[in-house]
Amino acid sequence: MKKMLLLAATALVATAAASAQTFQLSGAGATFPQPLYVKMFDEYKAVTGNEVNYQGIGSGAGVAQLTAKTVDFGASDAPMNAGQIAKAGADVVHIPTCVGAIVITYNLPGKVVQLRLTGSLVAEIYMQKITKWNDPALRAVNPGVNLPNRNIVIVHRADASGTSYNFTGYLSKESPDWARTVGQSTNPKWPVGLGGKGNPGVAAQVKQIPFSIGYVEIAYALQTKMPTAIMKNKAGHWIDPHEMASVGQAANIDFPADGKADLIDSSAAQGYPISTTTWLLVYKDQTYTGNQAKSQAVMKTIWWMLHDGQQYNEALGYAKLPAGAVAVAETLMKSVTYHGTPLLH
Amino acid sequence: MEHPSSTRERDAENTSFSSEVPASEVLKRSARPWLARLNERGFRTSLVLSVGLVFVVIVAMMVSLFIVSLPAIQHSGWKIFTGTDWDPDNEKFGALPFIVGTLVTSILALMISFPFSISIALYLGEYRQGGWLASTLTSAIELLAGIPSIIYGAFGLFILVPIIQQIEIALNDPTIIPMGVGVLTTSILLAVMIIPYSASVAREVIKLTPKELKEAAYALGASRSSVVRFVILPYSFSGIFAGQLLAFGRALGETMAVTMVIGNQNIVPTGLFSAGSTISAVIANEYPESTGIHISALTEIGLILFLITIVFGFLGRVVINRMAMRGTT
Repeated sequence: MKKMLLLAATALVATAAASAQTFQLSGAGATFPQPLYVKMFDEYKAVTGNEVNYQGIGSGAGVAQLTAKTVDFGASDAPMNAGQIAKAGADVVHIPTCVGAIVITYNLPGKVVQLRLTGSLVAEIYMQKITKWNDPALRAVNPGVNLPNRNIVIVHRADASGTSYNFTGYLSKESPDWARTVGQSTNPKWPVGLGGKGNPGVAAQVKQIPFSIGYVEIAYALQTKMPTAIMKNKAGHWIDPHEMASVGQAANIDFPADGKADLIDSSAAQGYPISTTTWLLVYKDQTYTGNQAKSQAVMKTIWWMLHDGQQYNEALGYAKLPAGAVAVAETLMKSVTYHGTPLLH
Repeated sequence: MEHPSSTRERDAENTSFSSEVPASEVLKRSARPWLARLNERGFRTSLVLSVGLVFVVIVAMMVSLFIVSLPAIQHSGWKIFTGTDWDPDNEKFGALPFIVGTLVTSILALMISFPFSISIALYLGEYRQGGWLASTLTSAIELLAGIPSIIYGAFGLFILVPIIQQIEIALNDPTIIPMGVGVLTTSILLAVMIIPYSASVAREVIKLTPKELKEAAYALGASRSSVVRFVILPYSFSGIFAGQLLAFGRALGETMAVTMVIGNQNIVPTGLFSAGSTISAVIANEYPESTGIHISALTEIGLILFLITIVFGFLGRVVINRMAMRGTT
C-alpha cells in the first residue's frame, strides 16, 4: 500500500515537472462544433502536449462563462448580442473556426431520388400553404420525379436551438410572409408540425414517419445517411450539401473584418444557402489573465485550429474555412494583446 | 466508534428478552430503565424528524416553485389555464394544451392498463400465489418498473409508432395523417409503464383478504369467481384504488418517453390520433434555453403539475376513506 502511494507520488511529481512547459486550457460553449473541437484538441494534445478541456454547454452559457472569466475561451454559434457585449465589459474577438450547414431532410418511401427545393417552397411547406407532396409548385422544380399525392408531415425542433434560429433566419430571408408571421427565433411559434428534441429527435421523427420533412445539422444527416434536398442558392444555382466544398464555398464572400459573417443566403455563387459559421471568443486584451505564457498558449491553440486543425473538418461534417475567411481570422488573432503587445506576430 | 456497537448489543438483548417476556417486564427488569426510556424517546423523535423533514421538503418545493413562478403568474393570470396560445417569443403563455395533454394521456393510460393490472393482481394474488410460474411472472412485471424510460421511449418510437401508423392507414380516413405519434401511442406506452405500480399494490391487498371470509363464502356454496366478485374485490377495493392512484401519479409526471412519442405539438389534442404535448414534455424541451419570464412560465406549469398531483392524491384519499368507512358499517 505504502509502496503504491510512493509510486503514485513519484508519478505525480514527474508529470508536474514535465508539464512545466505545457498548459491545461479550458473552453466552453456551443454544442454544434463540439465533435470537431474534441477531435481537434485530441490531436493537438498529441502534437504539443497542451491539454484543452472543452465543454459543450450551449452558446449562451459559453458567453456567460467567458464573461465570468472561468474559461480561457468561449464558443458561440451566434455573434454576441448587445446585452452580452455590455456584460462582457471589454472587447471580445470573434474568430470563425468552420462552416456548417443545415439540410432539409425528408421521408418519401420507396423514392431514392434527391429532391430539389427552394427557400420559399420550404417556407410555404412550413406555413402549410403547400400541403401535398404532389403540389404543382414542388413538381415544377422536380421535373420527372413521381411525387406522391400525400400530405406533408412537418417536423421541427421542439427545444430552443441555434439550428432553428438559422433555419427560421433563412426562411425569413426567403419569404416575406414567413418573416412577417413567424420570424427568426431559437424557439418560434411554429404554425404547424411535430416537434423532436434535438437533432436526434427530429431525425428519428423524420425516419419514422413516412411523407415527413424536417431540418437537421448536416453532420447529423451524413452520419445517419438521411436523404437531403438540393437547394437553390441566391445566385440561382442548385447546390447539393453533400459536396462539402460547396458548403465551405458559402463563406467565400467578402468576409467582414470583425469575423461576424452571416452566411445564411450567402452571395457566394457556388455556396450552399443554409450555411452557418461558429466562433471562438477571446478577450482582445488578455492582461486580465495575469499569465502571458498561458494567454499565448490559448492563441497558439486557436491558430493551430485555423490551419493544421482544418484537416479534420470534412470527415466530421464541417466544411473548411476558405482562405479569405482564414486571412480575416489571422488578422483578428494578431490584434489580441497582453499589456499592449500582440501575443502572435 | 464504541457507541454504535454497544447499542447494537443492547438491542440484541432487548429482542431476546421480548421474545420470552412481555414488553412491560423488559422495562422493569432492565438494569437502566431511564436508558430504555431515553431510547424509546430518541427513536420516536427520529421518526418524527424524518417525517417532518420530508414534509418540509415538499413545502419548500412548493414555496420555491411559487416564488420563481410569481412573475409569470402576475404576467398571465388565469390565462395560463385557459389560453391555448404558447408563444414564448411574444410572452404569451397559455398552457391549456399541455394541461389537457397531460390529463388525457394519463387518464387514457389508466383506462388501458386497468383490465391488465387487475387481472395480473387477481391471478398472482389469488389464483396462483406461489410456485415458479408466479414468482417468474411477479419478477417480470416488477422488472417493468425498473426499465429506464428512455428505453420505453425508444420502444415506443421504433415499435409502437409503426404499428399505430398501420392502424391509421387501415382506417382510411382522409382527416387522419398516419404519423404514428400522438395521444393514443403515448397512452398505450404509459399504460405499459404504469402496470407494475398498480398491479403490485393490488396484488398485495388481494393477498391480504382474510382466509376466514373466503372460506365462509365457499362454505355458503360460492364459486371461485363469485368469491372474487363478492368477497375479494370489495374487501381490497381501497387498496386497488390506491394502486391506481399511484400509477396515475406516475403517468402524470412521465417525461422522457412521452416526449419521444407525443409529437410535441403545442395544440389541444383533437382526437386519439392527434399529436399534442404534456406539461413535463414542454418543460424538458424548453427549459434549457429559456430566460426571464419564459423560465418563470415553465416553472409555473411545473407548479400546476404539482398541484394536479396533489389534488388527485387528495381526492383519492377521500374516496379511500369513504370506502373504508363503508366497509366497517
